[in-house]
Amino acid sequence: MNAPLGALDRPNSYIGRSVSRPNAKRLLAGRGRYVTDLALPRMLHAAFLRSPYVHARIVSIDTEAARAMPGVRLVATGADLAALCTPWTGTLDHFKGMKSAPQHPLPLDEVTWSGQAVVAVVAESRAEAEDALGAIEIAFEDLPAVADLDAALRPDADRAANGAEDNLCFRARLDTGDVEDRFAAAAHVVEEEFRFGRHTAVTLEPRAILADWDASEGKLTVHHATQTPYQFQDLYSRHYGIPEANVRVIAPDIGGSFGMKLHVYHEDMAVIGLSMLCARPVKFVADRLESFVSDIHARDHRVRARMAVDASGEILAMDVDDATAIGAFSTYPRTSAVEGNQVIRLMGAPYRFRSYRAELSVVFQNKVQTSQYRAVGHPIACAVTERLVDMAAERLGLDPAEIRARNLIPDDAYPCDSPTGYKFEALSHQESLARLKALMDYDGLRAEQATLRARGVHRGIGIASFVEISNPSPAFYGIGGARISAQDGAVVSVTPSGEVRCAISVTEQGQGTETIVGQIVADQLGVPRERVRVTTGDTETTPHGGATWACRGAGIGGETALQAARRLRSNILSLAGTILQAKPADLDLRDGIVVEASSGSERIALSELARIAYFRSDTLPPDTSAQLTVAHHYAPQGYPFAFTNGIQGCHVELDAETGFVTILKHWVVEDCGRIINPLLVDEQIRGGVVQGLGAAFFEECRYDEDGQLTNGSLADYLVPMACEMPDIVVGHIETPTADTVLGAKGCGEAGTAASSAAALNAVNDAMRPFGASIAQLPMTPTRILAALGQF
Amino acid sequence: MKAQAFSYVRPATIAQALDAFAGADGAATYIAGGQSLVPAMALRLQAPELLIDIAHLAELRGIALDEDGGLRLGALTRHAEAHDDPLIAAHAPLLALAAPFVAHPAIRNRGTLGGSVALADPASEFPAMMLALGATIEVAGPEGTRRIAAEDFFQDLYQTTMEPGELLVAFHIPAARPGDRCVFDELARRRGDYALVGCGVKLAMPAGTVDEARIAFLAVGPIPTRARNAEDALAGTRLDAEGIRAAQAALGADLDPQDDDQVPGAMRLHLARVLLGRLLGRLASAP
Ligand SMILES: Cc1cc2nc3c(=O)[nH]c(=O)nc-3n(C[C@H](O)[C@H](O)[C@H](O)COP(=O)(O)OP(=O)(O)OC[C@H]3O[C@@H](n4cnc5c(N)ncnc54)[C@H](O)[C@@H]3O)c2cc1C
Repeated sequence: MNAPLGALDRPNSYIGRSVSRPNAKRLLAGRGRYVTDLALPRMLHAAFLRSPYVHARIVSIDTEAARAMPGVRLVATGADLAALCTPWTGTLDHFKGMKSAPQHPLPLDEVTWSGQAVVAVVAESRAEAEDALGAIEIAFEDLPAVADLDAALRPDADRAANGAEDNLCFRARLDTGDVEDRFAAAAHVVEEEFRFGRHTAVTLEPRAILADWDASEGKLTVHHATQTPYQFQDLYSRHYGIPEANVRVIAPDIGGSFGMKLHVYHEDMAVIGLSMLCARPVKFVADRLESFVSDIHARDHRVRARMAVDASGEILAMDVDDATAIGAFSTYPRTSAVEGNQVIRLMGAPYRFRSYRAELSVVFQNKVQTSQYRAVGHPIACAVTERLVDMAAERLGLDPAEIRARNLIPDDAYPCDSPTGYKFEALSHQESLARLKALMDYDGLRAEQATLRARGVHRGIGIASFVEISNPSPAFYGIGGARISAQDGAVVSVTPSGEVRCAISVTEQGQGTETIVGQIVADQLGVPRERVRVTTGDTETTPHGGATWACRGAGIGGETALQAARRLRSNILSLAGTILQAKPADLDLRDGIVVEASSGSERIALSELARIAYFRSDTLPPDTSAQLTVAHHYAPQGYPFAFTNGIQGCHVELDAETGFVTILKHWVVEDCGRIINPLLVDEQIRGGVVQGLGAAFFEECRYDEDGQLTNGSLADYLVPMACEMPDIVVGHIETPTADTVLGAKGCGEAGTAASSAAALNAVNDAMRPFGASIAQLPMTPTRILAALGQF
Repeated sequence: MKAQAFSYVRPATIAQALDAFAGADGAATYIAGGQSLVPAMALRLQAPELLIDIAHLAELRGIALDEDGGLRLGALTRHAEAHDDPLIAAHAPLLALAAPFVAHPAIRNRGTLGGSVALADPASEFPAMMLALGATIEVAGPEGTRRIAAEDFFQDLYQTTMEPGELLVAFHIPAARPGDRCVFDELARRRGDYALVGCGVKLAMPAGTVDEARIAFLAVGPIPTRARNAEDALAGTRLDAEGIRAAQAALGADLDPQDDDQVPGAMRLHLARVLLGRLLGRLASAP
């Protein structure tokens, strides 16, 4: 299964091995320390009064009665916090013409979605804070609201925010110039209008923050359930005017994140100010209802797309119009335009065609903000592309696997680029397709499908090819002016007992970052894995870096760890050379022992070497420099992104009378380059697939026409559960990137990128005998039955 | 969210419980398994000043046959017991058949039949099954106890004929007879969810023809609903395809589900028809 390790092939190699996570036992034993678990002396609790209005002017706020309630220490409004915190704007410079209004921790005079926090109460307990919320009187003046995407785009539409010139946040166009000609000359054109509902992350642990302002030192410590502690250190520092070195952000154990926990939230920003105003630690943990109305939502696209093919089934061109609604503001600091931007750039990415046109409209409306969530843009681009490919196949009478075989970029065509400007180093689409067909017994399933159809059993098979963006360089955010690092840093040291510590800037939210970093360090250094302790998630004790998002932990963080470990190894061998009076090049470190490289015979244990270095430097020659700590940074060079690829297959059974779909099985063949830990890659793929199937069948934030969320609880918002999920079979191909020694790319988003597309194709395949089709996610029984004309 | 502060008492007898309620000036609520009440309090949808914990009242417990051979189920019978108890399996099989569809094991270990029926959620399984089983509901109040037929018990969404402060004490279910056939199923988006539609059927077929049919639906209106026209259409048939089709057709006169933001009324009626057809088909093909 594994590609040859080459330079990585070491006698005690951990790279490529399925090892379990050292932290799993601790978490299972209930020893996790989440922000919610923390209790600081004199800690207070914050609760927020939220707007029941979708869009309204704040006429007046009366907090007097609330201030007199038991346990209440502070009631703060937007004006109170605006005096401390400078406003922020969710735009990036490289998105030309993008606009979004400045935001404050709490609004000054206008609310723009139902559920927006308006007033904060800080009290001795959360219950007392909530009691006091009931005593606050806010007079609102209802304003006209825009909830619907198409309505928001009309020139005469009401404005999502008062005074805005229109509801357009950002518009982008891509055009290779020859699209009209291609469509005019095409043998067939297929087209469809797609709708993708809003959904949200629903992390097991909700958002949580505990801010501790120490006025005596002018120091702010924030315990924050986030993926990106360094980004928040920078933001808290700049918006509250505290020197960066005086701001410490600690991300302890995190119960899931999926992109949701790297955006600035108004409540979180407010909590910093609340702690400063009270001069006491203040904690806020979003409850599930608050999560539904204030965590970022994802997707919400309406895509009109068409594809031109010639008579042989060759794809000639695509033409795409994506409109996406993002709420009343663009999020900060990553904006709400990245998803749409990736949608239009990822369309058709696995295929060879060269002619492409796309238009993107990012639109304001009165709902909670949408922004980056696992597989940003990918599922939309993939579903649209792959459904059109299936429609083209149907038009031509071709098998879906066959039309893909004819159009996927050949495996020997690299390097090459996409018509949207993405550069591909080396991908394996054709091999993936062949592997998938074998893995799922594609031909067998097709034969079975035909037999069962005759008996009234309606099964569907869907496949979907994808690429995934990973290892982003500064081309992602840095060039847009955001202070979001594309590099990572690690400090690796040998302790006096000969153990190893690695403090690294990539972070852990349950995916196993610490495990793979430990594997890489142990492997590259030459020590047993148990001797390596990895620390993450604390700006005071780890070097500055990008942390974990967009699939960069393994590819960038892993390479950082590798290079740091190699440098430390060379320092160790040089010191060993001095002690042993040998040439460092003749020595090796294996399993914690310095050995003679040629014979493997043991010379000195690392623990003994460390003892000498730390306690008996007097025994070393005077000019010895024992550097048993190495600090190292690595930033991606070469390709702006390391693309990964793969293909997924989904097998479903449709109950055509009820509209219910049973997902029978799901397959993934993926190529994330070097696999560091197959177990964790499989977990990432499976978890990602489940999130995609959730989007395909279950998850949707439903709003009424007025813009009120109608299903903001776990009773009504359906997350995918184990009973409904199929077995997921995962196969791997390894095409390492040559940009790094490690060769790893990302794998965290691949599962989500294409599973909803495969499911969409599978359901449509099952519906074919009825002459019906569906182009809206999630595919609920209601939508399926309506498509089937059953009621 | 956190519940508002409240007081708590744990009475030892029904009389003490009723007294505690009477003394609280309408601000008290009984708590049994807490599986509906506690979430409602945590969301501050309900904020009683006094919780009267009835979970320890011996008079509300017990699963036994009475003198007349019927089954008496104490209000505190847990959902999990409904699933496992042999007497329930023998005399009230619809409860046992429906139990696995009610929530998840952790909730079934604490939730009580009395709490489920007193709450009268039209999407709940047990209230509808009480209708299908022809249960009588025993309630205790300051004036003593009285019995209410399940048919008369459910008034409107979450509303029953119990007066405020009355306690649901027990269910009385007629003994099963030879030739009874029962079946239950529902259509839910995920295992354990409240269903889009659910249905329990009890047929008396001592000699191959349907002597009596009782069909009850959940999640089709403001209260659990018996499908009397469908029942009539089945009566006297041998449960053949024609009889089943007639029962399905008759549902249009029994059910009038309203549109909600997820499911149009017409679709719910369609699903009810499909479900009934499948359930009756299952009974017809059972040995
Ligand atoms: C996640 C989840 C999923 C669920 N899914 C389902 C489902 O699919 N189907 C379903 O039917 N239910 C479901 N439930 C609800 C569950 O079945 C409840 O347990 C049940 O409705 C109430 O029983 P209880 O004993 O817990 O009542 P409690 O929560 O204690 O009380 C409920 C109400 O009944 C009153 N009450 C309770 N006992 C009596 C009595 N003896 N006399 C008078 N009044 C009384 C209380 O005052 C209160 O108003 C679910 C619950 C949860 C948390």
